[in-house]
Amino acid sequence: MHKCDILVVGSGIAGLSSAIRAKAKGADVVIATKGVATKSNSVMAQGGMNVALGNIDSDSPKLHISDTLKSSHNLANKDMVSKLCNGGIDAIKFLEEIGVPFSRLDDASTPLKSIAQRALGGASAKRACYAQDYTGLKILHTLLDRAINLDIPIYERLFLLELIKNSDGEVCGGLFFNFDSGEIEPIYASKVIIATGGFGAIYSKNTNSATSTGDGLSAILRAGGELSNLEFVQFHPTTLKGSNILISESARGEGGYLVNCEGERFIDELSTRDKIAKAIFEQLKQNRQVFLDLRHIGKEKLMHLMPQELKLIKQYANTYATKELVAIEPAVHYTMGGASVNKQFEVVGLKNCYCIGEASNANVHGANRLGGNSLLEAVTFGLLGANEAVNATASKIEEQEFNYKLPIAKASDNLKILQAKKSLADTLFNQVGIVRDEQNLLKALKVIEELNIENLTINDSPKHSTLLIELLELQNASVLAKALIKSALWREESRGAHIRSDYPDEITEFEVNSTITL
Amino acid sequence: MNIEINSKSYKIEKAVATLLEALIYIKENTEPTLGFDYGCKSGVCGACSVRVNGKEKLACSYNPQDGDRVEPLKYYPQKRDLIVDKASQKELLKRVKASLLNYNKEVLNTQDEVKTQVQSDCILCSSCYSACPVIEVNPLFAGPFALTKTYKYTIDKREGAVKEHIDVIQTDGVWDCTLCGECTLACPQGIDPKTDIINLRNISAQNGYTDPNFGNMSFGGGFGFDTNGGF
Repeated sequence: MHKCDILVVGSGIAGLSSAIRAKAKGADVVIATKGVATKSNSVMAQGGMNVALGNIDSDSPKLHISDTLKSSHNLANKDMVSKLCNGGIDAIKFLEEIGVPFSRLDDASTPLKSIAQRALGGASAKRACYAQDYTGLKILHTLLDRAINLDIPIYERLFLLELIKNSDGEVCGGLFFNFDSGEIEPIYASKVIIATGGFGAIYSKNTNSATSTGDGLSAILRAGGELSNLEFVQFHPTTLKGSNILISESARGEGGYLVNCEGERFIDELSTRDKIAKAIFEQLKQNRQVFLDLRHIGKEKLMHLMPQELKLIKQYANTYATKELVAIEPAVHYTMGGASVNKQFEVVGLKNCYCIGEASNANVHGANRLGGNSLLEAVTFGLLGANEAVNATASKIEEQEFNYKLPIAKASDNLKILQAKKSLADTLFNQVGIVRDEQNLLKALKVIEELNIENLTINDSPKHSTLLIELLELQNASVLAKALIKSALWREESRGAHIRSDYPDEITEFEVNSTITL
Repeated sequence: MNIEINSKSYKIEKAVATLLEALIYIKENTEPTLGFDYGCKSGVCGACSVRVNGKEKLACSYNPQDGDRVEPLKYYPQKRDLIVDKASQKELLKRVKASLLNYNKEVLNTQDEVKTQVQSDCILCSSCYSACPVIEVNPLFAGPFALTKTYKYTIDKREGAVKEHIDVIQTDGVWDCTLCGECTLACPQGIDPKTDIINLRNISAQNGYTDPNFGNMSFGGGFGFDTNGGF
């Protein structure tokens, strides 16, 4: 049995950043993760991390704050956005000093001034620090190298089932299913940091790692914590048609065009994602195929700045982006909502349970996240969240007996699990997609309730059962899907990424977060 | 189309673009408990690496052919079907100190970026490790990905402790490689661990180390010493 000061659940960029900071502050920290760090959704982040270094254009945190607030459609909190944008300098310094191989500029006077920056949508300056188009991959692997070198224990293949609370109602650990042993095991901790990512992968067309199923959020909800703004699901405008492989916003940042089948440009390519996704949706509705046009940028520049994009476009669309148009469609990319947290990143309703990164709703993205602000949030709030957790008064650890029952039974239909997973995912994409209305939302809720996912069981040995993991994820997905639909029904207006065809206007009285508790 | 997984044949009655789609098809239609791993579906998380007809491939980017034989990676303990336990990756990275050990406040430029660009594309899929014939005879050999990672930190101008990296790769490290180049062929990211290892030998020599095999060789150069070997 494990006991520690700080338990970090999740090993993406947010989780690793917070664990490294907590360790540096002397805490006994442990990471538990349902997969392995390299499989986290973080490695798929391509374009960059916004920090107002002003290395290319004139820029300032103040300008960054203003862009972020504007993109949020009045739903972000100014103090939290300031904390994010001002904290970026320390975050990028931290990454530079652990060896992240950023793309560079020549003849700079200081290490930070040497970091190359590019334009992303909604930004009034070239602000995104990048490592070619492998930014997430290179940050994550550098953090992982550091965590390993610091001897931070990383317990892999532990799936969070429930948060553990003491008799005072404070969170004091997590209960996990161990994929390798097939057993249930607790990890006790004085404080828990949830960094389990978003839930974009519960949709059928998404750019996320299959692991992004929001498991930490369902656990928070079941433990009595509050979630908010779940209805704000970001669609990325440019994913490869069919495979939904992400083509980074940097492709437009570096000058790429969006054109329809008649060769016409129909939107400012550097507008925010909510606006571009909606414009593409309108084109597709009129049966106009949409393409990304990179041909005019030039092969050499593309090879240098976007090697991964070229490879992906060739591999998954059999298209040479240097000389052909790339067929694209929007797909689910990021969930702006998550666990409601206070200014110390503590989850509303759960003492000593912190939440950082995409899993949290730290009130910095509001109704639409800016490209480049997610990596910034993961690192900055990862570091700041760890500071808060380390300084907080510890929960008393009370060991307990558990009789958690895994959904395993002899009489079961294993094939039903993946069918139900597909039905839920398709229902969300078709009825709870870019444009919603009451009728479709209610229909989706009914379909998901009828899937009766809570009562599904499998017949398999729990040890090394990926089917069991998929069922546990599906049960979490079902909880979140219903909460998402209820939030979308409540918000009778259109704002940012939440577009209601039956309520097309932004309405001042909805300038507040939607909240969900069980 | 039929594919074999660990000698068992499966029929895929659907057009699939990737081996991963074929595996998911089997799971959805015939064998829901089939064990395989995947994450990003786009070649950047390294989770789905397997061997196809004896060669390492990422299932998410390999286009399957009728009659393909699919097996788990070599050297790692098998968990179920195609899933292996890669936990020893972390132990190796720890052993070779693959991290920036002592930050030097240096200003990098575009040339510095290019120097480590390809090495830092590594996704830790372990294809190179599974393809390495040295592990077969010396399971303690650090292997290609760990040495490439070490090399990346060693040549980073920000590293103030180069010798510390070099010191820990002398035993079961750079000199054990046969420079056969299988790792380079196996890498889905175009990384060339063989050349990185040759370069690490040069840096080792600059730090006063010599090839321990040299004294045992009766023929000129020998494959443990000829830094141009294989070219």
